[in-house]
Amino acid sequence: MSTTKISGAEIILKALADQGVEVVFGYPGGAVLPIYDAIFNQNQIRHILVRQEGGAVHAAEGYARSTGKVGVVLVTSGPGATNAVTGLTDALMDSIPIVCLTGQVPTHLIGNDAFQECDTTGITRPCTKHNYLVKDVKDLSKVMHEAFHVARSGRPGPVVIDLPKDVCMALENYTPKEEIELKKYQPRLKPDADRIEEAVELIAGAKKPVFYCGGGVINSGPEASRLLTEFVRETGYPCTLTLMGLGAYPASDKQFLGMLGMHGTYEANMTMHGCDVMVCVGARFDDRITGRLDAFAPGAKKIHIDIDPSSINKNVKVDIPIVGDVAHVLKDLMKVWKDKKCKPDAKALDKWWAQIADWRAIDSLKFDQSGDIIKPQYVLQRLGELIKGRDSYITTEVGQHQMWAAQYLGFDEPNRWMTSGGLGTMGYGLPAAMGVQIAHPQSLVVDVSGEASFLMNMQELSTISQYRLPVKCLILNNFYMGMVRQWQELLHGSRYSESYMESLPDFVKLADTFGMTGLRTTKPGEVDDVLKEMIETDGPVIADIQVDPAENCFPMIPSGAAHNEMLLGPDDKAEKPVSEEGMVLV
Amino acid sequence: MTIDQQINFHTISVLVDNEPGVLARVIGLFSGRGYNIESLTVAEVDIEKAISRITIVTSGTEMIIEQIKAQLGRLVPIHKVSDLTLDGPHVERELALVKVVSTGDKRVESLRIADIFRARVVDSTNESFVFEIVGDTGKLNAFIDLMRPLGLADISRTGVAAIARGTEGL
Repeated sequence: MSTTKISGAEIILKALADQGVEVVFGYPGGAVLPIYDAIFNQNQIRHILVRQEGGAVHAAEGYARSTGKVGVVLVTSGPGATNAVTGLTDALMDSIPIVCLTGQVPTHLIGNDAFQECDTTGITRPCTKHNYLVKDVKDLSKVMHEAFHVARSGRPGPVVIDLPKDVCMALENYTPKEEIELKKYQPRLKPDADRIEEAVELIAGAKKPVFYCGGGVINSGPEASRLLTEFVRETGYPCTLTLMGLGAYPASDKQFLGMLGMHGTYEANMTMHGCDVMVCVGARFDDRITGRLDAFAPGAKKIHIDIDPSSINKNVKVDIPIVGDVAHVLKDLMKVWKDKKCKPDAKALDKWWAQIADWRAIDSLKFDQSGDIIKPQYVLQRLGELIKGRDSYITTEVGQHQMWAAQYLGFDEPNRWMTSGGLGTMGYGLPAAMGVQIAHPQSLVVDVSGEASFLMNMQELSTISQYRLPVKCLILNNFYMGMVRQWQELLHGSRYSESYMESLPDFVKLADTFGMTGLRTTKPGEVDDVLKEMIETDGPVIADIQVDPAENCFPMIPSGAAHNEMLLGPDDKAEKPVSEEGMVLV
Repeated sequence: MTIDQQINFHTISVLVDNEPGVLARVIGLFSGRGYNIESLTVAEVDIEKAISRITIVTSGTEMIIEQIKAQLGRLVPIHKVSDLTLDGPHVERELALVKVVSTGDKRVESLRIADIFRARVVDSTNESFVFEIVGDTGKLNAFIDLMRPLGLADISRTGVAAIARGTEGL
């Protein structure tokens, strides 16, 4: 412990530096002025000024997800904190490590309905992994370090530290990271050895196996992705990934079936439906994945690997639960597999792959780019081709474009794909791209967007401009909230209630006002040129690509349907009307 | 109804850090995820370490009960979650204060029943008694039902406190 007392605000900055924080995304205000003063007086930590607090959290999410580090946010009390709530909930749903510092009115005013006061810990309790209200500067060092520990350990998540102004101004000694005892939160990493044995036995005996893997693999670190790839290749079994897991297994590999779930490939969903052994690695049997629960993988024995015991048996009862960190578990699985000299049942596996080849032959992602209207799928397919082999990162907003991006852009590495999966937050992609670009200044960062989502956090264009971030905004402009329109067409008799985007801005002019390059095309023949120009331009770009407004995202498992009841395309829908109970589901 | 869907009552003991907001975390978890709380009691049990013990009586299918325990275990200030119903024999006790207002035969009868239930009189006026009764939830319910026709006027119950039988601590 140092002997000189410093202010609470300086303790915060010291603790951030001690935790290896390089960047903070924030927005100042009355209650956090002491912290901003401390930021002014140091050079170690860089502050990125966003234009709305919601943008700060998404930027920190993009930063965290693309680096594996904890993203840090600094906002003021009251509206600063409430604006951050969407981002915090997003980070909780997608298990992204965030530490969010919120200002608070001085302790003697708490509870008095003071100016810009809100019950931040009360509001954020259900949307954070944990939160703190620091009432005494003596606790500040400990809380700071504990918050980082909680945010990054176990299943990662957002942590809020609420900081009354007087606490930030009070003087106290700083306690460095090494001197803090963290015994409170110690999640289990090593799996149970007996379970590993049982799992290996089940995997080795499988006749129709599948690996179903998710964001937990990516959260476990790049080593987990490497181990997963090694193990899947060792077994020769098929592998499918969730939306959050894309990149955990190389998309270019022949054992990869594509994404599964509501808009997953036919082969991925049919393989899930028909498998006899399912190995779920770091995924959580979400409703977008399972479809109708009572018809989910009816003949399968299920192994579930997850660091969070509450994920196990939540939606789907599994046969072998393994609680532990994905990398640890895969390492142990592989060791037992090799020690026992396990070999997959080659004959059964050949038959299984032949069946999968039949499903693949359906070519569920096919589309027809023959007319003179641009198909959105074509744009993404071309983007995928043009950035192949490049050091690139993709973020998305939420909706049809997000699903198409997931379907057509292949990811061979983890941490390259940033999307709002659990919460489905429109407006996520632009600020997230900002955060990614801050972390990787030399890399190509593309926000694949729809025009409606883009408008949700468009104020961040000003941030992009201020920091000269060369973010590429690729807008698939179909003049509709595409996914809303699609559901209205399929489920509500094509009554397009409020889903048309009136009065859109001229995106080229918009780019111009922020000193960005604006591009536009309406012709399929120009798509490649526009994409190339977007990629090659040094600075930020908005590319307004006007696509077919009537295009729907297929394949699709309608809500309330099972994996083997997919709609493959527009001609499919008439024969299989969505059930009443399906209509009720989201 | 299959075994999977059968609703059972479970008594769960939880050791938590006695810090602001911890009870709100637990209650918020139950309301946010739609779990039932039949009874909840909380008090500090270790002043030196600032540890409180929460006893929750809840109901649900086996899958839900398993979820409740896993979700509780995930909260940072929670040290230990124990399902007393599953872990073996345990003792459950609750205390109730029961006010009965009556005169004449009814008054005599209430006192007689209180004696059978080993309830104590802790306050008395010419027209009323306040009985203190300790026991499991079933005994308290039975006592209160018997008092109903005898001038039952007010009830205050503590909720269930529970502990495992035998030598093991939580």
